[in-house]
Amino acid sequence: MPLDAQIPGGPLAEKWDQHRFNLKLVNPANKRKFTIIVVGTGLAGGSAAASLAELGYHVKNFCIQDSPRRAHSIAAQGGINAAKNYQNEGDSIWRLFYDTVKGGDFRAREANVYRLAQVSNNIIDQCVAQGVPFARDYGGLLANRSFGGAQVSRTFYARGQTGQQLLLGAYSALARQIGAGQVEMFPRREMLDLVLVNGQARGIITRDLVTGAVESHAAHAVVVCTGGYGNVFFLSTNAMASNVTASYRAHKKGAFFANPCFTQIHPTCIPVHGDYQSKLTLMSESLRNDGRVWVPKQPGDKRPPNQIPEAERDYYLEAKYPSFGNLVPRDVASRNAKEQCDQGKGVGETGYAVYLDFKDAIERDGRDLIAKKYGNLFQMYEKIVADDPYETPMMIYPAVHYTMGGLWVDYNLMSTIPGLFVLGEANFSDHGANRLGASALMQGLADGYFIIPYTIGGYLAGTQLANVDTEHTAFKDATRRIDTQVNQLLAVNGHRTVDDFHRTLGQIMWEYCGMARTNEGLQKAQKMIQELRAEFWENVKVPGPSSNFNQSLERAGRVADFLEFGELMLVDALNRQESCGGHFNEAFQTEENEALRDDENFSYVAAWEFTGPDKDPVLHKEALTFENVKLAQRSYK
Amino acid sequence: MTKHISINLKVWRQNGPGAPGRFEIYRAEQISTDMSFLEMLDVVNEQLTLSDKDPIAFDHDCREGICGMCGSVVNGRAHGPELGTTLCQLHMRHFTDGDTIVVEPWRARAFKPIKDLVVDRGALDLIIQAGGYISANTGGAQDANAILIPQEKADLAMDAAACIGCGACVAACPNASAMLFVSAKVSHLALLPQGRPEAARRALAMVAKMDSLCFGNCSNERECEAECPKEISIVNIARLNREYLKAGFIASTT
Repeated sequence: MPLDAQIPGGPLAEKWDQHRFNLKLVNPANKRKFTIIVVGTGLAGGSAAASLAELGYHVKNFCIQDSPRRAHSIAAQGGINAAKNYQNEGDSIWRLFYDTVKGGDFRAREANVYRLAQVSNNIIDQCVAQGVPFARDYGGLLANRSFGGAQVSRTFYARGQTGQQLLLGAYSALARQIGAGQVEMFPRREMLDLVLVNGQARGIITRDLVTGAVESHAAHAVVVCTGGYGNVFFLSTNAMASNVTASYRAHKKGAFFANPCFTQIHPTCIPVHGDYQSKLTLMSESLRNDGRVWVPKQPGDKRPPNQIPEAERDYYLEAKYPSFGNLVPRDVASRNAKEQCDQGKGVGETGYAVYLDFKDAIERDGRDLIAKKYGNLFQMYEKIVADDPYETPMMIYPAVHYTMGGLWVDYNLMSTIPGLFVLGEANFSDHGANRLGASALMQGLADGYFIIPYTIGGYLAGTQLANVDTEHTAFKDATRRIDTQVNQLLAVNGHRTVDDFHRTLGQIMWEYCGMARTNEGLQKAQKMIQELRAEFWENVKVPGPSSNFNQSLERAGRVADFLEFGELMLVDALNRQESCGGHFNEAFQTEENEALRDDENFSYVAAWEFTGPDKDPVLHKEALTFENVKLAQRSYK
Repeated sequence: MTKHISINLKVWRQNGPGAPGRFEIYRAEQISTDMSFLEMLDVVNEQLTLSDKDPIAFDHDCREGICGMCGSVVNGRAHGPELGTTLCQLHMRHFTDGDTIVVEPWRARAFKPIKDLVVDRGALDLIIQAGGYISANTGGAQDANAILIPQEKADLAMDAAACIGCGACVAACPNASAMLFVSAKVSHLALLPQGRPEAARRALAMVAKMDSLCFGNCSNERECEAECPKEISIVNIARLNREYLKAGFIASTT
């Protein structure tokens, strides 16, 4: 099947305007006749549900938590980018576009990224109008800071809680529409299947997590905004409930999955400290603006950091990348930390950590200013580690943080299933092989506030849609399959818990499909996962019953999907015989240990088609053409 | 330094809203003091599962103190003994070997029990739906720098906006009042110029909704402020009272 991304013609800067004009419109009086399902209430889902309801559509919105305000976008700390150029540094839409394409190691679609940069400015305007309390200068104007991998200050922030404030902005807009009756809200629901009628996405099957009831919901279109799949690694900075199930089950129904091996390992997280650990905590990379990363020059130097003299410290990022220093992109910073630790220069009890030191910044700016910028992050660190970062350097280590891969979507954000739209981290579209800091919030809100409201109208106005309700056999069949799977999970009654399997899966993925990958390792991991998956269905222990609030059962379904999905990541990583961004295959690196791309053979999006259980997925390629930026080896020296 | 402790847990177990509840006692051995409280519960739950017992249901998600999903009353204190800390950020180093720790759900008339430590806090969403927003449809906003906001105002708004909606203030209040929660949202929006046009209507609507949902009245006990994991100040309650009174005058003259 040829993959047509539906990218409009014409010059890059005019594509989106022209496309918006060409899209068919739904008459205002007809909008209320359409029901749209939005799954997820994060920045993408919340903003989409609110904006579509404002337009007059009838929206059914679902979330897995007890309230739409808790989606994991809330945990984003650092900020959101926009090309406002308020700081007079020469920023522009073009520069934000260019930085994002380059930061993504030239594996993103030019047209999508340019549109993202264009609407970035509208997002800031919208958020301020909603009452998002961004940081301000004394004069009352908005403040900006520079952020991971950018040489201009284009990041807007609300202390270290930008994601929280943006999410609460979207949540408040959503709450207004729920109150007005335009949005029907379904909290504590998990999407377990996508329902297709005549090849079009026409509804979903959910499980009510309180009563266990399996429910059918019909609509004219389905918008999936269910985030990323970082929890395939078990330990990640994602929330505990973040999972791949909605995306993966849509994939099994025919939606192609693009670039699953593109995962981002964030350089500044609190290091792992024990087997019981349930998740990792990110320390915003804004800390790298003032913190200096170092390790002892001498491998095995176990002296406390304050006793290691200046001359015996290796500020390896500053030495290696003089122009970007501590602000190199995330993938570069992460790989360098691993490299130092692999050389035995890691610090802390486990040796898997590097220092992030604020001593010089505190001497330069004073403790008060540093506290004002990072106070809540320092406090969070102290709570977890019981160590005061004002006095001793922080210890950090990379952790899985974001997944650039996701369901394949065209320029309209529609998947390969007509009527199934995918927004935010759940799609693959804008970040290529590596995401720059402060651009996930931007993408989630761009998709939800400013893209889906137009493109979904074009689909609804231009498509023949039969009358479908939940009595249709497609809903009955899907419900029966879900019931069967739930009963199967409960019936195994083996000897290992769900978390036990999940942890083992995570260890395999981290070891062989983490920061550095090899073909042998990936092949080995594939076999290990197949064995683990077989054992899962023979030996998992899920306490019953299914007819009430049962958190073990919820997790069991998610881990079952991760056990299949993990293998798809390995297949994708094996296929991509190059290194780029978050995908680093040790066989492909420059002399300076940077990722070595193969543009001739791999300048494409790898979109995988599901062909059946235990069958090999089929690869479809969307060629990436770069007409406006010149492909280059990324250099941050 | 990491230590290991053993503790007794006295946990509230309740199968559903109609079912009778009771305390059950569990022994947690060899708990690392670096664990969070929820990781300790994970360990207990793994043991319960393997011994064919029903694991303890508890709400949680981000485990970094920002989503507001977790929360239980630990030894009589909402989110446990540490100031400014959510349950997921409470570490076992704050307990001593041999301690008996009592764990209960939020108890308030407006929060119906679901199972064990899980309650339904949907009433807080209903209050926000009644007016906790600025009516600004997507698309019509002017340039973000068009209205200047003094830094102090923006900071105060941010202080109030830091509320995570966990419900600890309600659980801590002897009257199960939601005044701190409501005042935080009313303050956040009333302090900003963008929020002024609807300030009066918002204060009246949110307070009316809170009252109708069986939350109690505020009698200045200040327990909410003491237990709030985000240390939201009761200064916000004073501001809510001013906004509410002002709104009453405006309403009576029009």
